[in-house]
Amino acid sequence: MSPAILELVLVTVVASSIPLVIAALGELVTERAGVLNLGVEGMMIMGAALGFAAAYTTGSTIVGALAGVAAGIAMAALFGLLTVALAINQVAAGLALTIFGVGLSGLLGAGFVGLKRDGAPQLNIPGLSDLPFAGKLIFGHDAFVYLAFALVASVAYWLTRTRSGLAMRAIGDNHESAHALGLPVRRTRFLAVLFGGACAGLAGAYLSLAYTPFWAPGMTAGRGWIALALVVFASWRPWRVVLGALLFGGATVLQLHAQAASLGLPGQLLSAAPYLATIVSLMALSIGVRRNGAAPAALGQAFIPPR
Amino acid sequence: MNPDQALPPLLSLRGIVKRFGGFVANDHIDLDIAQGEAHALVGENGAGKSTLVKIIYGVLAPTEGTIAIDGEQVRLNSPEAARARGIGMVFQHFSLFDNLTVAENVALVLPRRESLAGLRARIAEVSRRYRMPLEPDRDVWSLSAGERQRIEIARCLLQDPRLVILDEPTSVLTPQEAYGLFETLDALKAEGRSLLYISHKLEEVQRLCERATILRLGRKVASCDPRQESPRSLAALMVGAQIAEIRPAAHAKGEVRLRVDALSAEAETLHGVDLAHVSLSVRGGEILGVAGVAGNGQAELFELLSGERTVERAETIIIGGAALGRGGVTARRLHGAAFVPEERNGHAAAPDFSLAQNVVLSRHATGGVVRRGLVRYERARELAQEIASAFDVRKTGPDPAARTLSGGNLQKFVVGREILGEPKVLIVNQPTWGVDAAASAAIRQALVDLAARGAAVLLISQDLDELFEICDSIAVIHDGRLSAPLDAHAATREEIGLLMTGATGGQQEDLHAH
Repeated sequence: MSPAILELVLVTVVASSIPLVIAALGELVTERAGVLNLGVEGMMIMGAALGFAAAYTTGSTIVGALAGVAAGIAMAALFGLLTVALAINQVAAGLALTIFGVGLSGLLGAGFVGLKRDGAPQLNIPGLSDLPFAGKLIFGHDAFVYLAFALVASVAYWLTRTRSGLAMRAIGDNHESAHALGLPVRRTRFLAVLFGGACAGLAGAYLSLAYTPFWAPGMTAGRGWIALALVVFASWRPWRVVLGALLFGGATVLQLHAQAASLGLPGQLLSAAPYLATIVSLMALSIGVRRNGAAPAALGQAFIPPR
Repeated sequence: MNPDQALPPLLSLRGIVKRFGGFVANDHIDLDIAQGEAHALVGENGAGKSTLVKIIYGVLAPTEGTIAIDGEQVRLNSPEAARARGIGMVFQHFSLFDNLTVAENVALVLPRRESLAGLRARIAEVSRRYRMPLEPDRDVWSLSAGERQRIEIARCLLQDPRLVILDEPTSVLTPQEAYGLFETLDALKAEGRSLLYISHKLEEVQRLCERATILRLGRKVASCDPRQESPRSLAALMVGAQIAEIRPAAHAKGEVRLRVDALSAEAETLHGVDLAHVSLSVRGGEILGVAGVAGNGQAELFELLSGERTVERAETIIIGGAALGRGGVTARRLHGAAFVPEERNGHAAAPDFSLAQNVVLSRHATGGVVRRGLVRYERARELAQEIASAFDVRKTGPDPAARTLSGGNLQKFVVGREILGEPKVLIVNQPTWGVDAAASAAIRQALVDLAARGAAVLLISQDLDELFEICDSIAVIHDGRLSAPLDAHAATREEIGLLMTGATGGQQEDLHAH
């Protein structure tokens, strides 16, 4: 493989990992606060549908991205109302949210199926973007990619270095104690759920605005579920999520090339390969962490204040 | 009469009432604490002590009544409000976060403006001033109960409180750790801080406090100077009745009925303890105590002995002559063993099942309550009634759900259920934890009587008083290792306490060899 082709392959690897990075990062924050939201897939596809609809109608990618974020937040607010305020079972509510989102996005996006628009513009810095090999890889992506990495860095810093990040981790670890110390358990959790929704919505918008610039029902194709699994296998650490997402993206691109090269393996098996590869490698990574030691201890438990 | 009469008390409660639905946890309680006073709050489990201090610390809101600080009436809506008024609290079940470091745990309660950078130095300062060793960068889950408590206290002291509330602080400590705690508390008193000390251990109250308020069933029943009272008179005030003393029965030791040989097992749960080469043997007529601070492998030991977890080698666990290491709970019960786990709600008994159904749960193979796969509820109800009358279990209705019984009554029921089956080997874990004094005495007496009838009893407990009261010998579990047993009549609390901290107690040897 020549360096130029390798560079193109790597650029597509990064592009295909971005929706996972963004969605998994949001879910990571939600789970660190102690809430398990299985509705990532539903929030993501709503972001994809409404993001595309808004961008197509207004002609602005930025408006589309914001609409995707808003759709994710709206879905998350519904989930937060049910699970944080009303203390309803998080697993059931999350599954319902996904089913609801997949259905509703099909309905709202029905008028936009098959329409086309230009993808998000790519960064082009004369000189830098033309550098051999690294030029396109570092300076040739669209804004979503840079935004995703900035988000990961900020969340990683916020979780470990700031007081509010510390408070949120404490709430996810032991909500009874956190309440006894006077930390606002339900408010923090609700905000964390909204952040997760915003990220999932943005990830969905990326799919329909930049990755494949059109809308098709069910286009998230299980990426929300992969994002959920990534959070667990990444031991709830932001940079490991990036690693896992890149692995998944890499395997996706590789299997496309393998299918094109017709190796004689069934196409379905190759299509499943990225999912398998990601899960296996992240499992190997997380075996080092003793007995799931990184999981927020209060994950999935509803909190009802004892007043 | 009181020299501080001119000053209003630091804290003054008037007519505090707290209701949870129909249940009255606090019933018109008055309480005054003067500046610099060490005040004890004494009472049985369920007397309303913890509820009352949670109200003072702003965790719970009182249903009725007023709180005044320095004579000025206040509303304490949150722990933050209480802390701003100079009230600090050290919780009974530590309010720590296992997956955070010591410094992070402390940082959580400091005022918002406080910088995290200077925190390390301030922790070191508190650590030195009150002689409490602390390591800021350790993760909390890796620390012992004593170390955890020091974090709680340091966290409290960093806010420079005028009143420090301590909720049963010694219940999880070794005697040595408790001694260290009292030194710290003496230093606090010397600085003129007030203490509100909650305990049902009367010696501690007498050592530390000059006034005591006694609660019973949510009401204040007396206020006194504990140093003028005897432990027995205080206990009588607490329980409202005299407590029977245990009659130790002299009994001959028979053959070995329970033998454990080099039992090792890896922990299965997060932050669990690995057991390493645990060996012990208990003869008929003997009560062997297993002392130790919570979380040193007691839960794992009980699981392995009861058959909830099995071991590879059958000969590791021998019950009544049969090698049963690979047998499950029922196999072991069929060989004459019986078990009472620590957690009565959900482990020893199913809370929503009736008492008769709970009898079936543990005696289905041995109690004659199942015939050809069908449950004989008639017989189960008879058995439940027998247990209730033999062990004085107070219940509502003929066969109520287990959860409707109070803690002490349910504990008497689950212990009685096993003892009435006349087991040859009984293994009990923390049989009197959170049980009132009268019920505790009844349970201990039942264990002594069972041993006198020739059964081997293994008693896992964190309560040293209980172990010294009824055991023939005591072994200590620390970090998954079991010491050689010591003769309970010759051993001292200090010896046991040292072993509880992990100091090595000589070679592992079979006491019965000589």
